[in-house]
Amino acid sequence: MRSSEALLEIRNLRTEFPTREGIVHAVNGVTFKVMPGEAVGLVGESGCGKSITALSTINLVPNPGRIVEGEVLFDGQDLLKLTNDQIRKIRGNDVSMIFQDPMTSLNPVLTILQQLTEPLLLHKGMDMAAAEKRSVELMEMVEIPAAQARIRDYPHQFSGGMRQRVMIAMSLACQPKLGICDEPTTALDVTIQAQILDLLNRLRHDLDMAIIMITHDLGIVAGLCDRINVMYAGYIIERADAEELFANPQHPYTLGLLRSIPRVDQARQTKLVPIEGFPPDLVKIGGSCPFQPRCVYAVDKCVQQNPQLMRVGEDHSVACWVDVYGGGIRE
Amino acid sequence: MSAPTNGTAATDGETILDVKNLEVLFPIRRGFLIERTTGHVRAVDNVSFNIKPGETLGLVGESGCGKTTTGRAVLQLQKPTGGHVYFKGQDLTTASGDDLRHLRQKMQIVFQDPFASLDPRMTVGSIIGEPLEIHGHMSAKEREEKVRELLRIVGLNPYFVNRYPHEFSGGQRQRIGVARALVLDPEFIVCDEPVSALDVSIQAQLINLLEELQDRFGLTYLFIAHDLAVVRHISNRVAVMYVGKMVELADRNSLYEMPLHPYTKALLSAVPVPDPKIEKKRQRIIMQGDVPNPANPPSGCRFHTRCPYAKPDCSETEPPLEEVQPGHYVACFYWKDILERAPNPLAVAS
Repeated sequence: MRSSEALLEIRNLRTEFPTREGIVHAVNGVTFKVMPGEAVGLVGESGCGKSITALSTINLVPNPGRIVEGEVLFDGQDLLKLTNDQIRKIRGNDVSMIFQDPMTSLNPVLTILQQLTEPLLLHKGMDMAAAEKRSVELMEMVEIPAAQARIRDYPHQFSGGMRQRVMIAMSLACQPKLGICDEPTTALDVTIQAQILDLLNRLRHDLDMAIIMITHDLGIVAGLCDRINVMYAGYIIERADAEELFANPQHPYTLGLLRSIPRVDQARQTKLVPIEGFPPDLVKIGGSCPFQPRCVYAVDKCVQQNPQLMRVGEDHSVACWVDVYGGGIRE
Repeated sequence: MSAPTNGTAATDGETILDVKNLEVLFPIRRGFLIERTTGHVRAVDNVSFNIKPGETLGLVGESGCGKTTTGRAVLQLQKPTGGHVYFKGQDLTTASGDDLRHLRQKMQIVFQDPFASLDPRMTVGSIIGEPLEIHGHMSAKEREEKVRELLRIVGLNPYFVNRYPHEFSGGQRQRIGVARALVLDPEFIVCDEPVSALDVSIQAQLINLLEELQDRFGLTYLFIAHDLAVVRHISNRVAVMYVGKMVELADRNSLYEMPLHPYTKALLSAVPVPDPKIEKKRQRIIMQGDVPNPANPPSGCRFHTRCPYAKPDCSETEPPLEEVQPGHYVACFYWKDILERAPNPLAVAS
């Protein structure tokens, strides 16, 4: 069984935010697996629940959010059942996170050395001398020039791309089995983004680290990920092997996304085909398919019943009643 | 600046906008009480280009390259420290305040951030109608009718006229920004990253709207963006900037199919393509290092510090922007050699 080998298995995860307007259903029964060394993409637009899914994984949902259901099995252990002390031993150690904004994720009043050594002193019980040596090695691993000389600098003395390298170095400090990258290159210029993605790709192979890549950019997951989950309104609406997803997209939303983005490598053919309308209000979902109001393929069944993920091929599932190519309705 | 006029002065037909040797320097001040200027950030350095009526010129580059400052300097929202901007033949840099105010009716801007560029305490109606009030040639009733019409044109319900910006999503707010830019019937609009704050499915809606408006009203756009795919889609010609300099300018197809400047090549090769099969085969040019500090730009060619093809003289002499093929301008001494060694960064061996 594959499931027994999974490094991370998320089962039926539900996360909600009680607000004055009602309960915001941010994550609605998300289930997916990450194999050791595998790069898995979580793709979707803002508010689709991709970041909250990731934060729920390590039980870091911001207030007033709460995980109301689900299991997060990491190495066979349910992270959601651990006490704060127990999960702290896993965060930053076996599972690390790389956040979007390298400007705000580093502490401005501590030197890079102080921040890099923290996980080593805490999780690995190193003494300061060993931790410093290891920190310099980490800086070299992420290709920060003159690592030894710069390790006592403060974050503001580094550029955006270099700060993101520091973040990556920090996340690698304890040789994690899983790195969760939440839009790690969104704040960066495209040439710096290429450097960081290149670095992540190399490190994951060198260190045999699994990656969850959270992004809105279909190009990034196409280049980096083995498997891709497309999210909409807190649901995974399509999941497939990366090549399969782009060659044979099945969900009308995935299709819509691919049609609505211009491509840098293709001459302009026609006008873009946008997805009309707006994403749904997450207070008012449930019952019908969340994409149905914007969907050009919608039928009556889509209003009556919200489809679950259904297998449509080897390593390809889609949550849609309509077979957009064949025209039939799925049971 | 006594640099040669190597811009793209109008050679064929008329132009609506002519920018000649534009320069914007920001002083770097040091000291308290007794301030002194210790240097300058050369945000825009001797940039020349023109735009024909009805055309979209894309302006791309990384953050800090001066593309936004160029857009603002064209509209005189930022006073240029050198050079000239001719709008329909009239020099904006020497125009009087009154003349400028009058001309501004014909030149508008759509800003990047739909959250920061709309006053949260004004209703949508007063945001869109304010330019009409300032240039005052309508009664209150006519103004309101015009505002409603514009809301319809940009795809919003005219009923929204009394609502406030916070009641709208990012995409809708950007439509309000577009309506405000259109209210004085302009001929030329600077679009400064108009879609980069929006989600991908909403981006396409706005891009299509901008194109429809261009067809309908014969608008001319200066489209500033860092997203090279969007610029390829919307522009007729594209200019690439690097640390305050224009390094390449060509029509869309030549720029993307046969880029000549090594920076353009690196930029295009860095853009991820949503197709795993292509991504696996692509030869990326990974540039080393960061964008140089524009307060202290590298000598000679500003790209030589990151250029994989740089030769010793690149750090000594600055290459001029020259027309090397009809309509294709590039600022590189060795573009020919490089073209032979590295053809198209977007082509994939099939």
